[in-house]
Amino acid sequence: MEKVNSIENATAGGKDRAITFTLVGALLGARRTIPVAIGVFAVGLVFGVLARQAHLTMLESFLMSGLVFAGASQFVALSLWVTVPLPVIAIILTTLVVNLRHLLMGASLRPWFSRLSPLKAYASVFFMVDESWAMSMSDFGAGGCDMAFLPGSGVILFVAWVSSTIIGHTLGSSIQDPAQWGLDFAFTAVFLALLTGMWKGKSDLLLWVVAAIGAVAAAHWLPGKWYILLGGLAGSITGALTHAK
Amino acid sequence: MPNDMLAVFTILGMALVTYLTRAGGLWLMGFVTPSPRVEAWLRQIPGAVLVAIVAPTVLASSIAETLASVIAVLVAWRTKNVLVAMIAGVAMVWILRHLL
Repeated sequence: MEKVNSIENATAGGKDRAITFTLVGALLGARRTIPVAIGVFAVGLVFGVLARQAHLTMLESFLMSGLVFAGASQFVALSLWVTVPLPVIAIILTTLVVNLRHLLMGASLRPWFSRLSPLKAYASVFFMVDESWAMSMSDFGAGGCDMAFLPGSGVILFVAWVSSTIIGHTLGSSIQDPAQWGLDFAFTAVFLALLTGMWKGKSDLLLWVVAAIGAVAAAHWLPGKWYILLGGLAGSITGALTHAK
Repeated sequence: MPNDMLAVFTILGMALVTYLTRAGGLWLMGFVTPSPRVEAWLRQIPGAVLVAIVAPTVLASSIAETLASVIAVLVAWRTKNVLVAMIAGVAMVWILRHLL
């Protein structure tokens, strides 16, 4: 059944497909994301340790992980959390810049999410982080049509992130750096595996090369996460120019 | 404002701007008239963004990451299994970092 769907819809681009939003879809998203959640848990432990070292209270660390729920920007915020009084505006603006890449990710959801009720769509995007978005786009691209996959995938990452923040804050520096075990590479490996499934053939080569060169150049010259936004824009615009027929 | 109030205020501000980035892309695209070119662009975003996320680690960190990336791609391609590819990649990078 799933196979038939993916063949039929491979060229439809999501447009003519009936979409659903069910608990079954959310559970599928959650189940598929368990391996990634283990990696998120490891990183969250480190965040909890560093948050404590930066003198955030348990409540503040919990609030930040639960309300912001964006790892990279939270680490950057900790690096600015050193002066008294806090550089409030600098921290908030830096958070905005680090998370601008979400704009591009959210735009790519439009063909599917425009057919959900606004409540479902705008509640779901709270759970859109790099990993849940990547898992969902991979699923939708392969014929998946249950939009609850995204919040399902995001909720399990949310639970992993918030709980590990609390545990890390409690245990303090007795936790070892996950990079010692290669765990920092887990996300790269997952994203590479998802990319392998998205490869459509030689027509993708140019846009992937442009995205890669753009990202490496931006990562070299610019701070933070600009490289994701700039590389993604360069590659997707190249793809639009070469694929639109 | 006392510093602990300021901290909570800062966290709320971070949460607000982060949610706006999450909702903003979906919302802004509502003002764009769908056309084949726009749809082609939206379809290319996932691949392009994923390439951009991994490119600096894969191409410009160290030989351990580059080789482990090759292994992860090969395993993903052969097994079609994200979990197996993740374990292979992590194991490979761990071994290579100790060897090299």
